[in-house]
Amino acid sequence: MLYAILRRFGQMLFVMFGISVIVFLIFFATPGADPAARIAGRNASPEVLAAVRHSFGFDQPLYVQYTRMMEKIFVTGDLTSFVNRGWKVVPAVMDSIPVTLSLVFGAAVLWVVVSIVIGIVAAATRDSWLDKLLMALGLLGISMPVYWLGEVMNLITQSRYHDSWAFSWVPPLGYKNFSDDPKGWFLTLVIPWITLAVLYIGIYGRVLRAAIIESMQEDYIRTARAKGLSETRILFRHALRTSLIAFVTLFGLDFGALVGGSALLTEVVFGLHGIGKLTYDALQNLDLPMIMATVMYASMFVVIANAVVDFVYILLDPRLRAS
Amino acid sequence: MILSVRDLRVSFRTHDGPVRAIDGVSFNLEESEILGVVGESGSGKTVSLLAVMGLITDPNATIEGSIRYKGRELVGLPPRELRRLRGNEIAMIFQDPMTALTPVYTIGWQIAEQIRAHRGVSKAKAMERVEQLLAEVNFPNPHEAMSRYPHQLSGGMRQRAVIAMALSCDPALLVADEPTTALDVTVQAGILDLVRKLRAKHKSAVVFITHDMGVVSELADRVMVMYAGRVVERGTRSELFSDPRHPYTRALLGSIPPLTGQKPRRLPAIPGSPPSLLRLPQGCAFGPRCPVRYEPCEAGKPGLGSDAHAAACFRVAQA
Repeated sequence: MLYAILRRFGQMLFVMFGISVIVFLIFFATPGADPAARIAGRNASPEVLAAVRHSFGFDQPLYVQYTRMMEKIFVTGDLTSFVNRGWKVVPAVMDSIPVTLSLVFGAAVLWVVVSIVIGIVAAATRDSWLDKLLMALGLLGISMPVYWLGEVMNLITQSRYHDSWAFSWVPPLGYKNFSDDPKGWFLTLVIPWITLAVLYIGIYGRVLRAAIIESMQEDYIRTARAKGLSETRILFRHALRTSLIAFVTLFGLDFGALVGGSALLTEVVFGLHGIGKLTYDALQNLDLPMIMATVMYASMFVVIANAVVDFVYILLDPRLRAS
Repeated sequence: MILSVRDLRVSFRTHDGPVRAIDGVSFNLEESEILGVVGESGSGKTVSLLAVMGLITDPNATIEGSIRYKGRELVGLPPRELRRLRGNEIAMIFQDPMTALTPVYTIGWQIAEQIRAHRGVSKAKAMERVEQLLAEVNFPNPHEAMSRYPHQLSGGMRQRAVIAMALSCDPALLVADEPTTALDVTVQAGILDLVRKLRAKHKSAVVFITHDMGVVSELADRVMVMYAGRVVERGTRSELFSDPRHPYTRALLGSIPPLTGQKPRRLPAIPGSPPSLLRLPQGCAFGPRCPVRYEPCEAGKPGLGSDAHAAACFRVAQA
């Protein structure tokens, strides 16, 4: 087991190394473009340009440039964004992480819990009016784009009905640090959580329902019935666990991607300065150091999420515990 | 009498119209008797016993007739009541041991689950019983086997585990649905031996479904031959093997290679294939494949009669 963990960890490092090299090459070694000019920004003075060139090692071979870059991100942390008036890149990323994590974690808890309940109820009452209603609602959730649903939520909770008893508790848009104001942190995030979760509840509920229905056709379910177990026990003990594998796979992919910046639309709609927003701005301004740092950060989360998924597989299915 | 099935009919609604999978099957089972049920795929042998177990969950199925277990009517019994019998008094062994066990739990856990579903015993007590059961079905190291997952066992071992599970509550009736079909021959022999031994020890009556006449000749006290959802012949084992009456039974026996004497060039086979239940031929379902058919066969369906050794064939009734 320990060996498996270590091996997986090694793989993660290797994958991240590969990603960093590719991203580095794309942005810093594209023929015909001078990365120093990009980093220094428009209308940079020759002195600044020279300083940048020297500091990033652009007058030296590629591998030196690459090591410099990695050193600036991971060791010294003094990667500077010239486009953004000398912002330190690493602290900017570090400041955005809690915002995005708060948003995605909360939404994930919500969508996992609700979609498991919906999936189970729909599968158990298969083809009934309740099943059809839940699946229709799920489809509705999937069909509503976040930027639209988010704006509608804002319209309702921030302006139109803000003064009614139902939404008077909703604080203005923005993010509050958990350590400063736990209650404010929670209240500001409730509406973003719901908005982000709606889409995933729809998808995950449907996926789980289909997986459970498929499991219920298995021979071992017939065995379980022949044993004289109740339908409830058969569903929860014998069908659900194997059904969760597809669910966990999806979750790993989605969670990693969201934490890595895909929550951008939600962040923008609700004025949260998270990783998505940071990446988006960096791309808009062609802020190469920032792009490098956010991509590294995002890939790290995707890779970690996938490793966690692999371990959950092993917990769910002993057949994967082979060696 | 443990089990008495009278005029059992099972039909399924399908897109192509209703399919009568079981059409008036009747049989009795005495205590600690082994009944062999023989027939080709689709003859209704499995469906009729699934009906006895109350395991036909298809909402498009209708079950009619009477199934009496120890005098108690099972058709129309509420699911909760039926559940109390299933696994407790009536147990079942399935065809494919590879898929019959839930892959994510240990053998011991799965057997203990059944014990605890029917007996109010502690987990430790249940586990003790599991170890004893696994020893009974010849696991070389029962204690260690309890903590094994199904995928860590061979097919024969899994089938033994399934048998141990079926026997865990000392059922009065054991339904074995082709338990040896998916196993290789040496393992088969071991499983058959086990069934015989356990019958002697637990005094369970056994319904053994198979398409293998060899297995029937080794194991069964009485035999029932099925074709297209109906019983075509029944009798004791010796009656059936020494004096097969229905042309289908004869053809089945005729297609077993002889152990002694000259080997035939080619094994005789039954011409044609079993009819689709959607388009049964007029009259006797076996008619189109029957070597001795004559006019009456197309006119009506032959009945089985009430004799102990009986065949549903106009030729037999005529003789």
